[in-house]
Amino acid sequence: MIPSIKQSSRFNAFYNSYMVAFFIFLAAPLIVVGVFAFNDSLFPSFPWQGFTTDWFFSSEGEKVGIFFDSELLDSIGLSVGIAIVTTFLAISVACSNAFLFERFNFPGKSFLYMLMLLPLVIPGVLLGVSILVFSSEIANYLEDYWFIDLEFLRPGLTLVVIGQFAFITTICTLIISARLKKFDRSLEEAALNLGASPLMAVFTVTVPFLKPAIVGAAIVSFLMSFENFNTTFMLVGSDAPLTVAMFERLREGSTPVLNAISLLLMLGSGVLAIINMTMQKKSS
Amino acid sequence: MSSLPATSPFKLGMWLLLAPLCLWLILLIILPHLELLAFSFTDPEQGSFTFGFYQEFFLEPLYWRTFVRTAVMSIMATILTLLIAFPVAFYIAKMLKGRSKGIVFAMCLIPFWVSELVRTFGWMILLRESGVISNFLQWSGLSAGPVELLYTDATIMLGLVYTSMLFMVVPLVSTLDSLDDSYIEAGYDLGGTNWNVLREIVIPHAIPGVVSGCIIVFMLSLGNYLTPVLLGGKDSLWFTEQIYTQFITRFNWEQGSAFGLLLLLLSSLIVWAGLKVSRQSFAKTMG
Repeated sequence: MIPSIKQSSRFNAFYNSYMVAFFIFLAAPLIVVGVFAFNDSLFPSFPWQGFTTDWFFSSEGEKVGIFFDSELLDSIGLSVGIAIVTTFLAISVACSNAFLFERFNFPGKSFLYMLMLLPLVIPGVLLGVSILVFSSEIANYLEDYWFIDLEFLRPGLTLVVIGQFAFITTICTLIISARLKKFDRSLEEAALNLGASPLMAVFTVTVPFLKPAIVGAAIVSFLMSFENFNTTFMLVGSDAPLTVAMFERLREGSTPVLNAISLLLMLGSGVLAIINMTMQKKSS
Repeated sequence: MSSLPATSPFKLGMWLLLAPLCLWLILLIILPHLELLAFSFTDPEQGSFTFGFYQEFFLEPLYWRTFVRTAVMSIMATILTLLIAFPVAFYIAKMLKGRSKGIVFAMCLIPFWVSELVRTFGWMILLRESGVISNFLQWSGLSAGPVELLYTDATIMLGLVYTSMLFMVVPLVSTLDSLDDSYIEAGYDLGGTNWNVLREIVIPHAIPGVVSGCIIVFMLSLGNYLTPVLLGGKDSLWFTEQIYTQFITRFNWEQGSAFGLLLLLLSSLIVWAGLKVSRQSFAKTMG
């Protein structure tokens, strides 16, 4: 089954066609989404009514293109904002976690490490509802006993950020720790010998070494936040981020404007994926 | 490895790094789940202890049937994903070399950078009554009228397998990569057939990857919401949907909490069993 072992040509042909079928399976839904963004019809389905770019650029009439659909544009803005804040928070805590786990020994370390991995096995829906219940309880308590009304503890954008941060931090920690493990500490020692303070040594030697991992983790985090649905859906208030807005439209029955936005999303995430992959290759 | 002075367990720097970790884990993970636990055992009117919400789960057939159905379908999706992904992973890890290997592997990964919502939308366009496949069947004469392929259990299964594929392929490729070709060659030299080599050499070596892949895929399927709801329609009967209904639609948080904990219990149980069977540690499999 490996190239050095000869197989019958029938076996090879079968195996190769299996792989081709697999890739068609992978690509088919993405290709259809992209193609129907250009169908001159009110529904993303057959019959093919001719090529149009109205679903991107048309500003009025039955067909409002994505660049003029203020509802969807607003939701993209919200999602970007949420993703930036979440990424910033997650990366900060993840760096601190990575240094803690790689550089210090303390009682209960392995237990804490296990706890740190826990968010990976909690279903996103559950993470969302548990944070919803907990923050509402705090908000109710503050309101009933102290007459303080903290709006951000009610479903809304702050809770969405908190919910996404809760699990994205774990993923960022794993990415950054993996790189920190490979760091040769004698470089830091050299900096110390040359008179740097420990903190200075970390910031001038270690952090630049970690940079590819930090950027990689930031890209992953941004996308995970931007594309997250399960946790977000449980915590949204009246403002809908993009995934929630798209979900609502999908259920109502969609126009090809959803294809147009999906195509843009695919291009965006494809570019980020390629940047990330080439960067990882370079740094390894 | 390092000749720097060993760090004493109590140092300012360590405490500063420990603080955000503990705040995160306690405030966002541990306390919320304890709160959920407390909720599920509390009678909302009298504030007293009650088993009522768990009783309700076992007494109402819709609830426990949905639960069992979700678990069974997730297990089936996991097995199917493994069966489809294994040849693919083997091909990438063992049949391809150098540049083409990197490219094919990247081709496997890139679709999964796209939002799950977009991928599911793609399947809806393909499978619905006015969709691509239905039209193709009519055009080719295989079917007389439009065919509705959405809203069946098979559609949900297809969606689950598709969404989880990556999480099976990646761990499989990385374990198969570490299998030395010479072992496979030795297997053939000793007169083994394809089947013998696969069973005696390749599969035993790949077990760690199979276990971590299966655990991740199972958990993702169990916790999935989008795929069953969009591809399964009104009769999807997925347990996360029940949780959502209790919390958001019915505002019955106590019942929802009980459901949530049951789901968490099931998923932890399966993870634990998987690790037990394969004798692996949680930290190693996940990290």
